[in-house]
Amino acid sequence: MARPAPTSTPQRPSESNAFARLALAELLLASDDAGECAQRAVDWLARNAGAKSVLCALIDPETDELRALAGYGVTAAQMKRLSVHRHEEAHPLALALSRSAPIVFENCRVRGTAPFGSGSFIAVPLPIAERAEARVGILLAGPPSAVLDREARWLADTLGHKLVHLRAMRRAVESENRLQREREFLLSVINSVPDPVLLTDTEGRIIISNTRADALFVAREEQSEGRQRAVTLNNMLFSAALSRQAIDEPEAARRELLLVNPTEGTDLLFELLSTTVEHPREGTGFVSILRNVTDLRAATEQIEENYRRLKMAEADVRAERDRLDLIIDSVADPILVTDPSGKILLMNAPAERLFTAPEGSGDEVQRAVRTNDAHFSSFVSNVFLSRGTSRFRGEISLADPQAARPFPVEAISGKVLSEHGEVTAVVTILHDRTEALDKARLYEQLERASQELQEKVREATAELVRRNELLQRQAIELEQASQLKSQFLANMSHEFRTPLNAMLGYTSMLLQGVNGELLPPQMKNLGRVDSNAKHLLNIINDLLDISRIEAGKMPLHLEQFELPTLLGELLAEVEPLIHQAHLSATTDLAADLPAVRSDRQKVKQIVLNLLTNAIKFTPQGAIRVSAGYDAARDEISMSVKDTGIGIALKDQQKIFEDFRQADDSVTRQYGGAGLGLSICRRLANMLEGRITVESNLGTGSTFTLRVPREGRRS
Amino acid sequence: MTQEPLVLVVDDFQDNREMYAEYLAFSGFRVIQAANGKEALDQAFANRPDIIIMDLSLPVMDGWEATRRLKADQRTNAIPVVALTGHAMQGHSKGAMEAGCDAFVAKPCLPDQLVAEIRKMLSTPRLSAAKAEG
Repeated sequence: MARPAPTSTPQRPSESNAFARLALAELLLASDDAGECAQRAVDWLARNAGAKSVLCALIDPETDELRALAGYGVTAAQMKRLSVHRHEEAHPLALALSRSAPIVFENCRVRGTAPFGSGSFIAVPLPIAERAEARVGILLAGPPSAVLDREARWLADTLGHKLVHLRAMRRAVESENRLQREREFLLSVINSVPDPVLLTDTEGRIIISNTRADALFVAREEQSEGRQRAVTLNNMLFSAALSRQAIDEPEAARRELLLVNPTEGTDLLFELLSTTVEHPREGTGFVSILRNVTDLRAATEQIEENYRRLKMAEADVRAERDRLDLIIDSVADPILVTDPSGKILLMNAPAERLFTAPEGSGDEVQRAVRTNDAHFSSFVSNVFLSRGTSRFRGEISLADPQAARPFPVEAISGKVLSEHGEVTAVVTILHDRTEALDKARLYEQLERASQELQEKVREATAELVRRNELLQRQAIELEQASQLKSQFLANMSHEFRTPLNAMLGYTSMLLQGVNGELLPPQMKNLGRVDSNAKHLLNIINDLLDISRIEAGKMPLHLEQFELPTLLGELLAEVEPLIHQAHLSATTDLAADLPAVRSDRQKVKQIVLNLLTNAIKFTPQGAIRVSAGYDAARDEISMSVKDTGIGIALKDQQKIFEDFRQADDSVTRQYGGAGLGLSICRRLANMLEGRITVESNLGTGSTFTLRVPREGRRS
Repeated sequence: MTQEPLVLVVDDFQDNREMYAEYLAFSGFRVIQAANGKEALDQAFANRPDIIIMDLSLPVMDGWEATRRLKADQRTNAIPVVALTGHAMQGHSKGAMEAGCDAFVAKPCLPDQLVAEIRKMLSTPRLSAAKAEG
């Protein structure tokens, strides 16, 4: 049964209790924790008011339920069991809570107050002085006593107010925290925006900015001077842009703003979006969002540049393509480009003639084109199937659709490979082999003809060589024969001389009268023997000279001599003959005759021969010997001129040949072996000179010997 | 009493040899004869002629060899040798001079020409002879 506590006048506490109250008050002041305060208060009541069990419960502001906070003489489990809703009217504690005075429960069981069992306890609302709605909890203590009643009342107010205060404080702190969280959340939202966002006042001062904006507009003192300047510049540019916008076109929300990147110093182009914000308390401000369009601009420019390049490339490609078309079309050989499915992608004009039938062409043309196409497709599919080699060569037979003429074709294909090595197309060039084959055939014929010719030439050459050898052999034999002849002549002349020597010797002895005086007729006949023997000797001597010259055994003996002396000797030698022939002889010597270096004996022999010939062939008249000098040619000349029978022009060369006279007839008038002039010619050659003749039949002849003044050979 | 010069005529052709011998005798020389080189050497060593007329083409021993031997022998090296040959080839006279002949006369040579040559040779003071005598 509960009864209200007696409303006695507040009893004054004892002096000792006054100290205890002061101590507790200090403790409570020092603590900000509700639990700690409650525990100290509970403990204090037990100690100072003789309470056996004390329980302090507080109302949860969220649930309006009473919950034990601290206890003395109660178990934790008992404390936990206390659970009363504030507005649970039927519950004694809810009632106690609404009362403005303590209630004493005596010997009754109240739900949730197990510590007190069925005993008595006092329930005091915390604090008593407050309105029921403002109370924060309840204090239960037992067993009831006057002291307890007094101390509990004090404690309830003291602790109650403290708890009310703590709860208010806690509520304020919680509210503050919530606001802070909300602000941080807002900031993080703003910061998460990738563009700089700013809130500025009408003066342009920054009130709120996100990190992106800070990077542009805020510089700390320790940062570089360059950055500070960039930031200052950016702030000026931004303020100017804002104010211009506010003045010029308050409604237009977009404009471009060029700022400096404080970190890199590069230009940054932004699109500025500003909105005016009207706030009842804060006044007017601007929210600005800056969108970085630098990259956008660069990208735009890049795109434009790319587009321009693309255009140029396209133009190049077109030009290239035109050129390629021109080249391909100008190639006389058909060219085709085929894709892997065998479809012809491209062909030049010569290819079109083979693989396309013009509109309205006849069946024959169509058939030829189809056949060509089949042959070509088969070839190209082989190319596509071939592995390894990128080039492919083959022969196919095609037909000219117009001429209906088949012809052999050499096809050369090249594979066009993609970057990944796949065959994307095949380019094929067809080459008409007709001409090449014709040429090859012709070449073969030519080769054969050439070989035959070579064979003939070889045979001819061999024959020539054979004949040449024969000729050489004959020449050698001839040479040997000539040598033998010369040797024979030399030997014979010796053999002739030996008996002739005896004949001449004995004749001479007889004529000298060695064997006694002879009769005049004997003398006359012996003189004829002598004369004929001498003639024979001359002939033998001439023969010997010829054989000596031919055998190369006629040496030259060069010596210095005077022509007049030589001519004197010669005339003296022939004087008897001239006298005998009843001729006259004169000499004609040039005034400037130089000394001569030559073979004197041979010069003498030549001129002597010319003189004896002149005497021999001149029946009557005169012989004139002259000598001259040709300074221009450095030659001396000796001429023998006669008034004799002369020599016909046709015979003038003949007379210098061996054994020849102008008159070859067997009935010739003049004797002689015909060796004289031949020997003279040979001797003149040896002297590097020559003999010439001027003559007319019947009027005489002039023979002239010319030799170098200075002979070189020795 | 001065004896007539002794001439040795060497020739294998008897007609020629005897012709020269007859004419030389007719001209007042003493004459001895030889028909080949071997005989010529024997005659020369035996009789020491004053001059030798030497045909070059000889049997048994030819004129060149005989002359070489005569000139190589102290007994005969002072005797002048006149070579006589029908071979009018260059090589013959050259070979004759090399063999030691003192003069060279080509056939045909008339007897009076030969005598003239002999007289000319004998009248010429012989260097080698003077040396031999000295």
